[in-house]
Amino acid sequence: MPIVETRGLAKQFGEKTALRDINLRIERGDFFAVVGPSGSGKTTLLRLLDLLDEPSHGKILFDGMDTACSERDRLALRRRIGIVFQQSIMFNASVFDNVAYPLKIREANRDLARKVDEVLDLVRLTGFKERKAATLSGGEMQRVSLAQAIVFEPELLLLDEPTANLDPENTAIIEEIVSKINRERKVTVITATHNMLQVEHLASMAAVLRQGELTEIRSVEELFEKPSDFLASFTRLRNVYSGQARALDGGLTLIDLGNGVNVVATSQKTGNVTTFIRPEEMIVSTSSIQSSARNALKGRIIEILDLGHQVQIKVDAGKEFTTILTKKSFEDLRLNLGSQVYLNFKASAVHII
Amino acid sequence: MIHRPHRHTSSSQSYSFEPSARFLRWGAKLSAILEGLVKAFWLLISFDPEVYGVMLLTLRVSGIAVAIGALLGVPTGATIALNEFAGKRFFISILNTLMGLPPVVVGLLVYLVLSSSGPLGPLQLLYTPSAMIVAQSIMTVPTVAGITVSAVGSVNRTIRDKALSLGATRQQLTSTILKEARLGLLTAIIVAFGSAVSEVGAVMIVGGNIRWATRVLTTAIVLETELGEFSVAIALGIILLLLSFSVNCVLTQMQWKRSRD
Repeated sequence: MPIVETRGLAKQFGEKTALRDINLRIERGDFFAVVGPSGSGKTTLLRLLDLLDEPSHGKILFDGMDTACSERDRLALRRRIGIVFQQSIMFNASVFDNVAYPLKIREANRDLARKVDEVLDLVRLTGFKERKAATLSGGEMQRVSLAQAIVFEPELLLLDEPTANLDPENTAIIEEIVSKINRERKVTVITATHNMLQVEHLASMAAVLRQGELTEIRSVEELFEKPSDFLASFTRLRNVYSGQARALDGGLTLIDLGNGVNVVATSQKTGNVTTFIRPEEMIVSTSSIQSSARNALKGRIIEILDLGHQVQIKVDAGKEFTTILTKKSFEDLRLNLGSQVYLNFKASAVHII
Repeated sequence: MIHRPHRHTSSSQSYSFEPSARFLRWGAKLSAILEGLVKAFWLLISFDPEVYGVMLLTLRVSGIAVAIGALLGVPTGATIALNEFAGKRFFISILNTLMGLPPVVVGLLVYLVLSSSGPLGPLQLLYTPSAMIVAQSIMTVPTVAGITVSAVGSVNRTIRDKALSLGATRQQLTSTILKEARLGLLTAIIVAFGSAVSEVGAVMIVGGNIRWATRVLTTAIVLETELGEFSVAIALGIILLLLSFSVNCVLTQMQWKRSRD
């Protein structure tokens, strides 16, 4: 039985339709990503799934039970679901009181202090107990929010772009914890995001949301194999290729992308693979450089797009690669259409899906 | 540098150093103030029974009125702030108007209700401290309720979502929000006490300023002023200020402590 199932789910705000005809089946233990640009209805969907709002049409089944029940039963179901919002907000109290709150209101006072300690260790905020929550940094607050959402051991964890405003370090910590509790405690996770790298890292299934409608529900592998134009447009998902991989020495793989283009990746996968290279992870140079990067592709600039402070260029190196550099670098390197450039990137920058 | 135009002083103007009658009158008032200071100090350290009785009654009447204001005003204000209903804005406007209710008008209304021919006349409450408490409560309830509405309303709405999503019941949600608004609620208490203890119109009308029975500091000040006993009036004024100051010190201390929790 799926832990969450929606049938013809829709939400209307006055005249505006935020969601229409959402049909989802999410199995227990899944790590499910809802991908969509801002305003596509991700938050609305998560709030419905957390039973905070009521749908205009359709049904949500939680663990086989219809959630259109009495307020009391909805509360009982809601108490089995944790959610982390994009904006972290704390109760005006200590970190301990904030994390203990969900346990206290459940009157689950047994081992309360121990449970709070454990979850604070998990989010790496050991020793923050006495701190006033309002004095924490954004990343620390978001980790407290995560601690609050998991301390009562929910069966389902909803994440509404929890790392959207965070630095890479805090993002990595949160991703790691979420992945861990999904794997080890078999907690089902539904995350809303437009960070495709996160989808690739964490999720097994993904759904694409476009103006309130689900346009694709697929496994993450399938999603990356042939990303739709829509997905590519808002996730800036570029440089996706399929190729043939064969093992090299030292834990590396050589991937033949066709047309004479080979890239080295840190993976053991062989055979047919889908791979992508983030535009931000490439270094552009005008001549061959000595560096630790395992990949250096020579090509010519065939397209230049001004993005304000940054410039996006498309390079034909047998295959087309897109990369981004700052306008300053672009000008310093005196680049132009037809300029010959080298694209340098590490083997670890080649993501295999 | 700012250049100022020169001021021409005329040397022909003469000044008189003889004390004018006006100056003497002013001097008499000044001495009343100084005398009042000394008297206040003396009344306090000599534990003057009448003054202490008046002080205690002042504290009792205003303290109970504030307690009633909190007991009725906080739930009323919270209910208004946390629920959406037709005419909510209109209701808040009425509440804000009631916050500025003139004490004399309240006194008059309570007088009419409690006077022997009034609807509650048989209770024989007129000219008792109970009548004074009733009158002041009519002012403290809307004051506390009005400030509670804005204090609770200014608690971030996402706090609501947070509490609900973490599994709070309706009741737990309300107490969580009140706890978040605690600084504003203490402000409501401080303001209500301040307006109750300094009010004279209502307690004068319904209490009657009866010696040893319904005389409070404000009505005593009015009486002494009417009698021309300025220094006594001032002494009582200083005592009222000290009393209000001590109570506020305690409340502010609580507010600060809470804000650090």
